[in-house]
Amino acid sequence: MKTIKIIALGALFLLALSIPSQAQKKNEFKVGWSIYAGWNPWDYAKQSGILKKWANKYDIKINLVKMDYIPSIEAYTSGELDACVMTNMDALTIPVASGIASTAIILGDFSNGNDALLVRNNLDVSGLKGKKVSLVEYSVSHYLLSRALDKNNLKDSDVKVINVSDSDIAPAYVSNSDQEAVVTWNPLVMEIMKTPGVSNIFDSSQIPGEILDMMMMNSKTLESNPQLAKALNGAWFEVMSVMSTRGAKADNALKAMAEAGGSSLTEYKAQLKTTAMFYKPVDAVDYMSGDEIQTKMRRVRNFCFKYGLLGDRVQSADDLGIEFPSGVVIGDQNNVYFKFDASYMQMASENKL
Amino acid sequence: MKLFGLRTKFSRPAALALSTILFGLTLWIYGDYSSDRHAENPRDKLMPTAGQMLTSMGKAIFRPNVIKEYDDDGELIPSNEPETLREAYEQGKLWNMLKNGEWQLWEDTMATGYRVFIAMIFILFGIFVGLYMGLFPVFDHLLYRFVLFFDKIPALALLPILFIVFGLGETAKIALIVIGVAPTIILDTYLRVKEIPNEHLTKGMTLRANSQEIVYKIVLPQIMPKVLDTIRLNFKAVILFLIAGEALAAEAGLGYRIFVVRRYMDMATIIPYVLWISLLAFLIDYFLRKWIQKKYVWLHQ
Repeated sequence: MKTIKIIALGALFLLALSIPSQAQKKNEFKVGWSIYAGWNPWDYAKQSGILKKWANKYDIKINLVKMDYIPSIEAYTSGELDACVMTNMDALTIPVASGIASTAIILGDFSNGNDALLVRNNLDVSGLKGKKVSLVEYSVSHYLLSRALDKNNLKDSDVKVINVSDSDIAPAYVSNSDQEAVVTWNPLVMEIMKTPGVSNIFDSSQIPGEILDMMMMNSKTLESNPQLAKALNGAWFEVMSVMSTRGAKADNALKAMAEAGGSSLTEYKAQLKTTAMFYKPVDAVDYMSGDEIQTKMRRVRNFCFKYGLLGDRVQSADDLGIEFPSGVVIGDQNNVYFKFDASYMQMASENKL
Repeated sequence: MKLFGLRTKFSRPAALALSTILFGLTLWIYGDYSSDRHAENPRDKLMPTAGQMLTSMGKAIFRPNVIKEYDDDGELIPSNEPETLREAYEQGKLWNMLKNGEWQLWEDTMATGYRVFIAMIFILFGIFVGLYMGLFPVFDHLLYRFVLFFDKIPALALLPILFIVFGLGETAKIALIVIGVAPTIILDTYLRVKEIPNEHLTKGMTLRANSQEIVYKIVLPQIMPKVLDTIRLNFKAVILFLIAGEALAAEAGLGYRIFVVRRYMDMATIIPYVLWISLLAFLIDYFLRKWIQKKYVWLHQ
């Protein structure tokens, strides 16, 4: 009887979750962001009034909410947010795997060293065979490890993965010298690297352009509300142009972004060095429309499929379609759940917003 | 017949029907919402259907936990590793695979079971601490206030410290359970000991029982069933602390699995796992209750 009681409680709990409805023309939107070097500019867009200016231009209201990373994606997936920042991999495994067709409307940056594999005792990647590695399982860290092993002719099963929550991964690694290897992201990487004897043996700059950070928008919402995508692009690239100038205005902007992420200006500048930002919309359009991104997305998708992260309906990696701006689809054309749409960034580059 | 009477007697079938109403209602509401969501989005993972849950549990039970390797085009690289229980059995690898923890549900259950087992040994040890604390003033003064204080510390808040002190291995997770539950057991035993009428001790002493005989022949047998009951009721706390520990750092375990698949909202795995944990807890509780009833018949006479 107790077990049935648990079902009952579980069901009641789930009822408490709101049931989303979407795909209507509306003029008020909720957009989520979380702390990360490449996303902190969103907070500046809000504080400086740039976001409001662009929202007014399109006669909409944009409510930008700061959340923890995974909860923000969950909120997006359950329909509480219309758009949210996330990595390509998490977009595949969380909203897309749950059947929420999503479109990348802004390509903000790719990780260029922000994710790293750190070790003690001067181990190298091939020396990891048979060892334990701490990381957040099924996150981009896991992907990075898999790529590092692959490049050194090892298999995923050659190491033992220990799942450690990101809230404790840095202090736990720093204080236990018997833990040899850890994979994590910035600012935790910078924090762990302060420990003597720890070295960085593989990071995302060795797989550039594979871990993408994007603004994802619900495709149904996008269809009937393109003005949100336009306003977000307008605001984003205005902030980007502020960031890429020199002078007091840029310094103040960077300071605000550093504060938004809870780090000092120096730390934030260091984080930006390992983040390949697309400051100019034309660069983002070029990368999104190129061939390279297709190979890289395929790799990420195959990794997700290997671990069964694409949902139970996906029997082979090609069951899921990913569409690129050129119209090329990898996977099933009738099942496109993930779309890269460069048209709004294109408008930004042509000053047509 | 008066439905709301104070002394209304229900026939057994009627009583049973009444008890099932709320269960049925919840299941029905869940099913209704779930099918609504699936009508709108067939890939919905938030409220999985019974079929989805069966599939994912089927995988957890019948498929080995082997990472398949794919080449760069997404083509499966063929391997000879068995893909089902039957194949493993036919290839004579079943026992080895079970031993190496390559079956997800088995591996998780064993990992969790091991942690509970070791933690329970420490918790049972708490009975003796409470016993001596209640009977010998020296231990009373030495320990009582300390344990009382320790009991008030929210163990979960200590979790980061435990992981830093004990590392990410089993020690930290077991320590969390013991720190969380043992003080309650010690204090409960202490109170039970204090409840025993002083006359019993005096009587024992008059009959020339030494202190060890008083502890083990007079006091312990009297309090044992009640203390076991307390342990039984605190099993829920044991599981709670265990899952919290596994959520933070682990490589296998029932709580670990729930938290790791939560990242990609795999409710089809989480719900059956929650049911499985409850079922195991229920069974342990049931057998312990029956055993107490049988062994301590005098308690209920």
